[in-house]
Amino acid sequence: MSLEIEPIVARLREALPTAGISLRKNPGPSGQHSLLIDSASLIDVCRTLRDTPGLEFDFLSNVTGVDWPVAAKADTIAIPEGEGTAPTGGMLEVVYHLYSTTLRTGPLVLRARTVDREKQVQIPSVVSVFRSAELQEREIFDLYGVIFTGHPDLRRILMWDEFVDHPMRKDYVAPDDYEYEPTPHEAVLEKAKKHYGERQKI
Amino acid sequence: MSAEKTIDRLPAVPKPGRWIMPGLGLIQGLVISGKNAIQSYYKKDRMTTIQYPEQRAVISPNFRNFPFLCYDDDAATGLRCTACSICENECPPQCIYIVLDRDENGKSLKRPKVFDIDISVCMNCGICAEVCPFDSIYMDGEYEMSTDDRFGGLMLGLDRLAKSAEYHMKLRPEEASAVMAKRKAEEEKKAAAAAAKAAKAKADLEAKAKAAAEAKAAEEAQAATEEKGESA
Amino acid sequence: MISDSSMPYSAPTLEPGEDDDQLLRVSLGPQHPSTHGVFRMNVVLDGETVVSLKSVFGYLHRNHEKLAENMTYLSSMPYTDRLDYICPLTNNWALAHAVEKLAGIEVPERAEFIRVITAELTRLINHTAFMGFILGDMGAWGSALMYAFREREKILDLFEDLTGARMMSNFMRYGGCRNDLPAGWADRCSIVVNDYGPFLDELEKFLVGNEILLARTQDVGQLPQKTLINGGITGPMLRAAGVNYDIRKVEPYGIYDRFDFRIPLGAKGDCYDRIMIRFLEMRESLKILRQALDQLPAGDYIHPKAKIRNFKPPVGEAYARIEGPKGELGFHLISDGTVNPFRYRIRPPSFINLTLLEDMCLGLDLADVVIILGSVDIVLGEVDR
Repeated sequence: MSLEIEPIVARLREALPTAGISLRKNPGPSGQHSLLIDSASLIDVCRTLRDTPGLEFDFLSNVTGVDWPVAAKADTIAIPEGEGTAPTGGMLEVVYHLYSTTLRTGPLVLRARTVDREKQVQIPSVVSVFRSAELQEREIFDLYGVIFTGHPDLRRILMWDEFVDHPMRKDYVAPDDYEYEPTPHEAVLEKAKKHYGERQKI
Repeated sequence: MSAEKTIDRLPAVPKPGRWIMPGLGLIQGLVISGKNAIQSYYKKDRMTTIQYPEQRAVISPNFRNFPFLCYDDDAATGLRCTACSICENECPPQCIYIVLDRDENGKSLKRPKVFDIDISVCMNCGICAEVCPFDSIYMDGEYEMSTDDRFGGLMLGLDRLAKSAEYHMKLRPEEASAVMAKRKAEEEKKAAAAAAKAAKAKADLEAKAKAAAEAKAAEEAQAATEEKGESA
Repeated sequence: MISDSSMPYSAPTLEPGEDDDQLLRVSLGPQHPSTHGVFRMNVVLDGETVVSLKSVFGYLHRNHEKLAENMTYLSSMPYTDRLDYICPLTNNWALAHAVEKLAGIEVPERAEFIRVITAELTRLINHTAFMGFILGDMGAWGSALMYAFREREKILDLFEDLTGARMMSNFMRYGGCRNDLPAGWADRCSIVVNDYGPFLDELEKFLVGNEILLARTQDVGQLPQKTLINGGITGPMLRAAGVNYDIRKVEPYGIYDRFDFRIPLGAKGDCYDRIMIRFLEMRESLKILRQALDQLPAGDYIHPKAKIRNFKPPVGEAYARIEGPKGELGFHLISDGTVNPFRYRIRPPSFINLTLLEDMCLGLDLADVVIILGSVDIVLGEVDR
């Protein structure tokens, strides 16, 4: 069931003339095109989508984080209609999948992007509009390091509090403190030896 | 389908305090558990446990545990594995380790020198058996593998992995006979191709000999006529 | 609310407050038997009443998403068995469904039937096991769980014949299933399906009239429909509150539009409705199973052109979801045209169904928390991934 996305864009632009909304085409066979939303207008767009009769996207099913070390690559998955706006360098992206339980339409895919991957990683939290984002945004914060401004309880959720990196980032380096185990893999052994030194076999 | 047609609302249930006779439900439950307790002594489908290890469950032919390597005639030379490393790359927990055997000139001998499977890491998924293009690796049905030797006992090398094609036939007759038929057909095809090639070569050779003979004959005839002419 | 965005890491949750000397702080879990695994709740009690409940996750976290991004599409299939290990076959289907959407792969008819049969059998074992667990939560350890597991074992035997393993099936492939039904499997399955109805009757009779169960589950853990939808609650939890939303009907994947079945809906959405809705769903599953076994066609079990080795979907993204036994199970995949997925995200129903756990428990007794958590039906393999 493919969703007609153009009428939704038209209604959104009518309701929010100043919001930055651009349509992104999906090159794959799934045909799930998406809307790139400016971070500043994300909450307004979500609220409009939820409350406007005829749209009624009342169910935020899924929130995904994506790490793009090379931001231009993102435009090959979500192709812009005109000129690409992806920043140079890297960025983090958050993808939302919305459905309507009353009209039974969906998924409507929204994307929001951060400016870079280090300092300006803020995206407004949509928890005030959709409670279902609460744990998922915490997870994205934990694993990707996106800071959701306005989230009621932004803490690490899957990793422990003292953990310092964001493991789902593409450039994350796994630690070498393996338990010393005779696996067939020399690489693992070498890494473990570097950390622990030669250990006596039990 | 209309929305209304799919609805199946729950029946109203008595609220606490409105029961006809409190305790009736509890008695009903006790009757059922009593029935079950008695039936568990004589009813076959309620006797679910068996007395292992005196009794053993029947193992399904599809049951899979750890992988083994199949060889045809002799464990040393008949191994089907060509050390192509496809299973090593596809193995989800990366528990397979293969080293290709080479001769002194560094030429591949198309057989593994080392083939290790760490069965403490193996997740019994069967993907190695599925992706193997050489009918070499299969899933075993052996399940009594526990050992107190973590380092020696759970790291299977070629000596413990290699099992004969007869073992495979005994373990999974259906699969093994299909594989055997396929291999036989392939071998026959190969043999036929080789035979055809040999026949063609022979024919070529014969044709060549014939052509040579004809050329020679022609030459001789020519020489003869020339000789004749000369003599004339 | 975080006070300072430059300090993103949390303070300990059990820091004592200023004027709450009267409050009792209980750390429920992670080794508490009623939490269905290693799940922890930091509960603040006023007397016996819950005034705050914070969930603590992550004890079983192994970052399956990261693992899957570094391996081939085929290799991540057996890992989905380990997400929700009570129902591996629906997890398999969800991933296969998403990859098929991503790459535009067709599935042969027979494979679709096999998938429906295995998925509905999985729903049966999940809901049956749930009955045992929730009774355990109420203190009835033993009988109900043993009856449930006895019947579940019959279906697991079928799974072992079909897939080679009782629980870690690794059965679905992109474009079909790994192998065909073994000889005689469909007949054995019919026998199990036909015997299941009487067992359900017995189990229902065993539980439903029970005064203790009624007293402990009625009017416990209700929330309004709007809140549940907004909170992302799916599956039997949502339908128990009367929201008519089942993906098998809303967005019929596979061949669910061919079968005649109904969607049971609850009236109030309390724990009692959540138990009863699962009984009704099991009966509907039996209905689907009978139809599927009757109509099972001959044909391929996997698309003849399906690629097993070196599978590379085209560039693009896809989000696909199925109605898992616990709720909406979705996979979001981004492919950059290589053998590894660029992004692989699971939408785990039992994790997101815990979003509103605190809201459901506030103002109730500590003993109710255990039942509410049980009625959510979580599996920690899926919550923490």
